[in-house]
Amino acid sequence: MSNFFTDNKDLMFALENVDLLESVAIKEKEFTSAVEFDYAPGSYEEAKENYRRSLEVIGEVAGERIAPRARTVDEEGPLFKDNKVTYHPLTVKNLEDLKNAGVMGVMLPYKYGGLNFPNTIYTMMTELVSRADGSLQNLFGLQDISETICDFGSEEQKLKYLPGFASGEFDGSMDLTEPDSGSDLQSVRLRASQDPKTGQWYLDGMKRFITNGCAKIHLVLARSEEGSSDGRGLSMFICTACPQLVVRRIEHKLGIHGVATCELQYNHVPAELCGMRRRGLTKYIMSLMNGARVAIAGQALGIAEAAYREARKYAAEREQFKKSLDKFPPVYDMLVRMKMKITAARTLLYETTKIVDLRNAYNHLVEHSGNGAATQAQIEKQKYYSKMAGILTPMAKALCTEISNEVAYDGIQIHGGTGYMKDFNAERYYRDARITNIYEGTTQLQVIAAIGGVMTRTLDKSIDGLLRLPYDGGLERMTHEVRDMLDKHRKAIAYVQEKKDSSYHELMARNLVEMETTIYVTLLIMRDALKDRSREILAEKFLLDAQPGFDARFAKVMSGDYSTIDRHREIIDY
Amino acid sequence: MSFNYLVFVKQVPDTKNVTGQAMKPDGTVNRAALPAIFNPEDLNALELAIQLKERFGGEVTVATMGPPAAAEVLRQALYRGADKVALITDRAFAGADTLATSYTLSCFAKNTTKFDLILCGRQAIDGDTAQVGPQLAEKLDLPQICYVEEVLALDKKKIRARRAIDGGFETVECPLPLMLSVIDSNEPRPPSVKRMMKYKKAKTRAELAAKRSSYTDAEELARQEQEYRAKGLWIEEFSAADAKADPERIGLKGSPTKVKNIESVVLKASEMKKVEASEAGIRSLVGELIKEHILG
Repeated sequence: MSNFFTDNKDLMFALENVDLLESVAIKEKEFTSAVEFDYAPGSYEEAKENYRRSLEVIGEVAGERIAPRARTVDEEGPLFKDNKVTYHPLTVKNLEDLKNAGVMGVMLPYKYGGLNFPNTIYTMMTELVSRADGSLQNLFGLQDISETICDFGSEEQKLKYLPGFASGEFDGSMDLTEPDSGSDLQSVRLRASQDPKTGQWYLDGMKRFITNGCAKIHLVLARSEEGSSDGRGLSMFICTACPQLVVRRIEHKLGIHGVATCELQYNHVPAELCGMRRRGLTKYIMSLMNGARVAIAGQALGIAEAAYREARKYAAEREQFKKSLDKFPPVYDMLVRMKMKITAARTLLYETTKIVDLRNAYNHLVEHSGNGAATQAQIEKQKYYSKMAGILTPMAKALCTEISNEVAYDGIQIHGGTGYMKDFNAERYYRDARITNIYEGTTQLQVIAAIGGVMTRTLDKSIDGLLRLPYDGGLERMTHEVRDMLDKHRKAIAYVQEKKDSSYHELMARNLVEMETTIYVTLLIMRDALKDRSREILAEKFLLDAQPGFDARFAKVMSGDYSTIDRHREIIDY
Repeated sequence: MSFNYLVFVKQVPDTKNVTGQAMKPDGTVNRAALPAIFNPEDLNALELAIQLKERFGGEVTVATMGPPAAAEVLRQALYRGADKVALITDRAFAGADTLATSYTLSCFAKNTTKFDLILCGRQAIDGDTAQVGPQLAEKLDLPQICYVEEVLALDKKKIRARRAIDGGFETVECPLPLMLSVIDSNEPRPPSVKRMMKYKKAKTRAELAAKRSSYTDAEELARQEQEYRAKGLWIEEFSAADAKADPERIGLKGSPTKVKNIESVVLKASEMKKVEASEAGIRSLVGELIKEHILG
């Protein structure tokens, strides 16, 4: 029996040790939901038990059912004929299993048939599903769409759509990208026009690269304000599959073959406005994308875990020069680095989801408690956690997706020539990982999203708290190293600020964000080592490995080197 | 249309992990020494029952005969979609062989339930006898279809089903009520998280009493029982007397079978490899030989 949850010590540690009490108590209305809904937990302990048991269920579904089907799904993919997408029979089975397990509305409130789980648990499920089949996550993860309707739709829309999402009857797609609007969503052109007599909205135009564009329910970003050209002229709409909404083609991709990526043509598709006009991009889609970024981080981590395990197994079994590969220093060095990257990414990801859960909980509390009913303390917490989630989400997305690519790359390397062949899974992980640091915002865009918080020191309070934990021995010595790094980091930030040069600032942003990530992750792994002393080696190793890279970034930032800015054309065009 | 489906399941030791203590001195299985699981083919029977319910309507009742701990498989049945469960449990049932077991189950079915179809897994992985289902049908004087793969049609009077036979399958028709023994031709659904969140709290009277402190307060227990019943979280227990079973025909007393010895036989497959007698099988063997540089 293969269970992707119970065989994963680090993930189980993450669940055991993540403290969700504050957000879960708010989400569960101080555990009074059980009165109305017979499956709601009556206490935090019971909620935690539910989470653990659910992850065991999904871990088994992932390990026993989804993973064995993944290679065929990858090889054969969905069918596209006469403008109709038909998913692979094994993908259909996967979805059926997830539907039967009842995890298609993980975060939706009870009243719409959801499980009312925190984002942390949903992200752990994401990781499990992705370890089995990266492409399936793109269907499982579309739950962020129902979340968005739940956050911003009218009560009528919620009742109309959410129960169908929760039961798995509806699937969704988020229709954002257009041929000329990728990273730059402010320039979206798809037109939304309103019939002056009936008030009915209609959509006309094109969308491209739409994951599961063949879905029943679509969330569409469209230009509702004629004559506008920026993000404030965009609104969010809901429409359903209909003859006027045509799937023109599906893409042939490097990876994530199991899911259809569609080009859509809107021929006067009737639609309903979701939320307020002009808030489409600035509020709703930003919120949707922030949720989706966390999910993609989970997807990337799941793929990395799969790639690592396959490589680890191969290195133990394959013998050359009369010993198994994992006995050669260059090979076990690779395995150690892969494992450390995964551990670091996981620590940051579930710290992020913890904060996201707090932000969501306080958002809900403040926005739904009626005029002025929220206390000042609640409002301050809402602001604080929003800022924290605002920096941690892009940091986690960048870290998880970048390490996923690195781990998958080394995964092939450990396999040698065999890894290059389609007979092994290593190459699939490599192809599947490759999209994760591109979609839902490239790493370059994550850096832009995070750099503001780095410059204004959003994490300082949290860093300070982590530094004050009661460390002793080796961990205590590590705090000195971290303080040194923090000093350098502040110097580097001050240096860039003093330059007052936007090009230099943009060029160095990635270094600064990565320095921040290194410091924060080191502290998180140290904190985890306090809870379980056997993890001390992980903290020590992470710091040892991270320091040279950190110092290199510091040197780079402090160099004042303008050669790239001043002479890049000469070099590029040589 | 609506049918009553009665599914009999068994909690079995995970025979993949047989150890030296697997057998007690009296020759019966030492269940305490092995992890207990839902007998795999009983999951297939349950899955078929749930599918039939989805297609034709009705109610699925799952029952098991076993020690108090067997309540766990009933909870798992609830997670997967059973409507009602029953634990047939009594110290007097201990040591039952297939004859005593099928007798006990027949008493339970006849005297405490209404059913149109009885579904059993073909066989349990501990004894591998495949006898209980057919014996049960005989004792209830029911027709039976064994090795069922799929139900093709069902109405108030009859059923049409496909069953596996040597080298193929056959389609048979049979009047209701009847007994089906089911093989692993469907894929049992995973537990539903939502149902699990609810039914993990389902309890038998014994479990409820065990949760309490050393003294027992009958009134308090009765009050709790009402509460559990009202929430649908009550697992009903049936004793030999409840099932109206003859004490002489149950348990070790009613069991003529004597187990002499059991042992774990591990087939060493390292020296051999089975190749499918097909074009594809041979091709893969040749491919492997080429890859290992034995050929070519």
